[in-house]
Amino acid sequence: MAEQTNKPANLKVTIDNITVDVAPGTTILQAARQIGGDVTPPAMCFYSKLEGSGGKCRTCLVEVAAGSAADPRSMPKLVASCRTPIADGMVVKNITSDRVQEARAGVVEFLLVNHPLDCPVCDQAGECHLQDLGYEHGKEGTRYEFNRRTFEPEDIGPYIQLHMNRCILCYRCTYVADQLTDNRVHGVLDRGDHANISTHISKAIDNNFCGNMIDVCPVGALTDKTFRFKNRVWFTKPMEAHRDCDQCCGKVTIWQRGEDVLRVTARKDEWGEVQSFDGKPGWICNTCRFEKKKASDWVIEGPTKVNRHSVISQGHYVGLKKPTETLPAVMDGRDPKLLMDIHTVSDVNKIELSELPGPATSENFKK
Amino acid sequence: MGRKLLLEKAHVENIRLYEVYRREGGYRSVEKALKSMSPDQVTDEVKKSGLRGRGGAGFPTGMKWGFLAKPAGVPRYLVVNADESEPGTFKDRYLMEFIPHLLIEGMITSSYALGSNNSYIYIRGEYAWIVDILEQAIAEARQHGWLGKNILGSGFDCEIHVQRGAGAYICGEETALLESLEGKRGNPRIKPPFPAVKGLWDCPTVVNNVETITAVVPILNDGGEEYAKIGIGKSTGTKLISACGNINKPGVYEIDMTISVEEFIYSDEYCGGIPNGRKLKACIPGGSSVPILPANLLLKTAKGETRMMTYESLADGGFTSGSMMGSGGFIVLDDRQCVVRHTYTLARFYRHESCGQCSPCREGTGWMEKILWNIETGKGKMSDIDLLWDIQRKIEGNTICPLGDAAAWPVAAAIRHFRDEFEWHVNFPQEAQTRNFGLAHYADALELTV
Repeated sequence: MAEQTNKPANLKVTIDNITVDVAPGTTILQAARQIGGDVTPPAMCFYSKLEGSGGKCRTCLVEVAAGSAADPRSMPKLVASCRTPIADGMVVKNITSDRVQEARAGVVEFLLVNHPLDCPVCDQAGECHLQDLGYEHGKEGTRYEFNRRTFEPEDIGPYIQLHMNRCILCYRCTYVADQLTDNRVHGVLDRGDHANISTHISKAIDNNFCGNMIDVCPVGALTDKTFRFKNRVWFTKPMEAHRDCDQCCGKVTIWQRGEDVLRVTARKDEWGEVQSFDGKPGWICNTCRFEKKKASDWVIEGPTKVNRHSVISQGHYVGLKKPTETLPAVMDGRDPKLLMDIHTVSDVNKIELSELPGPATSENFKK
Repeated sequence: MGRKLLLEKAHVENIRLYEVYRREGGYRSVEKALKSMSPDQVTDEVKKSGLRGRGGAGFPTGMKWGFLAKPAGVPRYLVVNADESEPGTFKDRYLMEFIPHLLIEGMITSSYALGSNNSYIYIRGEYAWIVDILEQAIAEARQHGWLGKNILGSGFDCEIHVQRGAGAYICGEETALLESLEGKRGNPRIKPPFPAVKGLWDCPTVVNNVETITAVVPILNDGGEEYAKIGIGKSTGTKLISACGNINKPGVYEIDMTISVEEFIYSDEYCGGIPNGRKLKACIPGGSSVPILPANLLLKTAKGETRMMTYESLADGGFTSGSMMGSGGFIVLDDRQCVVRHTYTLARFYRHESCGQCSPCREGTGWMEKILWNIETGKGKMSDIDLLWDIQRKIEGNTICPLGDAAAWPVAAAIRHFRDEFEWHVNFPQEAQTRNFGLAHYADALELTV
C-alpha cells in the first residue's frame, strides 16, 4: 500500500515459503498482496480503503504455522488474514496448507448455497469476485438440495439496483455509506440467514457519493441502474478517462461500446479495489458516474490495462498484466508438475496412426 | 450435603430487600475490600481462589482481571453479562431474581478491584421483571451509601447501570454484548483486540458472568485460599447447575464440584433420578452448545473412571468421549427422547440466533437445520448424515465468534454418539414417525450406588 511504503519495513514474514519485509501493522493479507500471485488469499469482504472492513467472509483464512520469532507456536485455528497483523518471524501457510484449502472450499460452498447463480442475467457477470472465487476455489457440483433463500425486491433509490438474493453480506457498502457519505441511510436488517441490506425508507439512498457502493460490491447485489441490461461487460471496452470535477478526483474508467459510453466506474487496481491517487482513494461522485454518459464529456487517456485475472481480461484488451508467477518459489525451487504427459502413459499412442491404412478402429488398438 | 456459598441465604424471607440482606451479613465483602485492601490485593485474592469463569469457557477470572490494560487517563469498565440465553441455562436468573444484592455486592467489590467507576449489567430482554428487581436493589444500595461518590470514605466512586438487551442469543458473546451496549447492531467483533485492551467505547473492559461476579463475595469474605479448598483440582469453589429435562426435581442446584455425575442425577438431594421408571439415555452437561453424551460415557469416562461434576472430568476424553462444563445447563434425556429431533431443535435455535455476519455460520446453520428436518421427517438419505458431518466440520473454528462452534458441536456429538439412530431414521422413515429409537446399546443399565 502506498502509504505504508514510506515507513521502515522491518518485520519479516514468510508466506508459503516466500519471505517478505513488511511495515509494522501490516496484515497477513496485505503482506501477501506485496508478494502477489497465487500466494494472495482471496478477499470478498476486506477492502483496504474502507476502515473496519474485513473478517466476515472467511475466504481469506490462512494457517499460522509460527506466530512469531519470539513465540514460534502455531495458532490452533485458521485466522482471517485480512485482520491479523504480522508479527516478526511469522510463518504463514496459504496454498501450501491442506486445511486452508479445505476450509476455503467450504466457505465458497457456503457462499454459494443460497446464491441464485443467475450469472446469465446478472450485470456483474464477468467482473464478479464470487465468480472468480468459485472458479478458483469451489467445487463443480452442489450438495444443496433445498430451495434457495429469496428476498422481496426493494427499490433503494434512483441510481442503484439492489438484488438482495445475490448479496454475500460483506458489509462493504455500509462502510462506504459510513465513511464517504454524510449520513448512512441503509444497513443490515434482521439476522442470521435472513440478514439483508435494506433501507428504512424505500428509495432513500441518493447521496452524491453513494454510487461507490456499486464499485465496492463484490457481487451483483448492487448494480448501476443506468447500465442495467445495457450490455455484458466483456463486450464493452474500458478506457481511462478524466474530466475536471469539483466534487471528486474525476479520474474514471469509462466502458464504451463503439463511441457510446455505457458505464462509468472508478479506476480499479488488480485486487478490484479503487485506485489511489496522491495517497487518496479515487472515489468518484454521482455526477461523473451517472450523468456524464457522452464521450465528449471526457478526456480519454487510453485503454485501461486490465490486470485482474477475470473473465473481462480474456478478451481483446491491450497491455494485459499477468499476475506474478509464484509457484516455483512456493515449491522451493522445484517446477510444478501440472499435467502428466499423455504420450507417456497412454497405450493409444504407442501405434503410429499414420501407418494405418485408413481410419483407425478399435481393432488396431487390441494388438 | 454439599457446601453452599451463593444460595445459602437465597431462601431467607425477603432477602431481596436491603435490610434483610444486610442483617444476614451482606456487604461485608465491600467493607473489607474498601477499608482494608488495595485493588490489587482483591485481584490477588481472586487469583488465589482459582475461580474460573462461570459463563461457559471456564477461563480463570483472576488471570482475566490481570490482563486488563490500565493506561492512565482512560476509564475502565466492568460489564456483567446477564444475557443468559443458552437453552437449558437459567442459573443467573435465579441469582438475580432471589438474591439481587449478592450481584450488586460482588459488582462493587469487583469494580473496586478493576478500577471501574461505571459498571454495567447487560441483561437479556426477556428478563424484564428482573430489571425492576435489580433497579430496586441498586437504588437501595445507593441509598445506603454502597454506591455513588466516595463509598465508605475510601475515595472510590462507583455507579451501576442496568441495560436491557433485545433478546438475541448472540449478545451473550462478550464483544457482541459490548456492541449492543454501545447501541449498535449486536455483531461480534473480530479479535484481537480483546476487550481487556479495547472493549466498551474502546476502553479496557472486563466482561464477566453474573455467577462469576457473585462468587467474588464469598471469596472476599472467606479468603481466596479458603475458597480454593472447595472442589477438586482446578475446579475450585461451588458451581450453580440448572438441571432440566427428564428428571424428578428440575431446578437450580449449587454443587461444590466434588460429586459425581451419577450422584447428581440420582441423588434425592439434587435431580432425584429419572421419573416414571425410565432409563437415562443421554445428557447435555453444560448448556445446549456443548456435546451431548450418551449415558455410558456420561457416568464413566472412556478410561473407566467415574465422571465427576468438575471442569476437568466433564471434559475428559476431549470431544471424542467427553463434553464440557459449559454454563452449567444440565439437560437430561430419557429413553423416550429422540436424539434426531433434539438435534434438529438445537440446529433450529442456532439458525435463528446466528447474527449473519460471517458466512460459514450464516449459511451453514440453516443448511444443517434443513437436512436435520428431512432426516427427522423421514425424507433423509444416508449421504445426508455424512454431509451434516462435513458441514459442521467446515463451520467449526472458521467463524468470528464461538456461535459457529456452538452450532457445530451438538450436531457433531449427536452423529458421533448416536449415528445408528440417524441411520434408523433414514432406513425406517415410517417407523420413525410413530415411535422413537429408544435406548439401543449405548445406554447401559445402571446400578444405583447412591
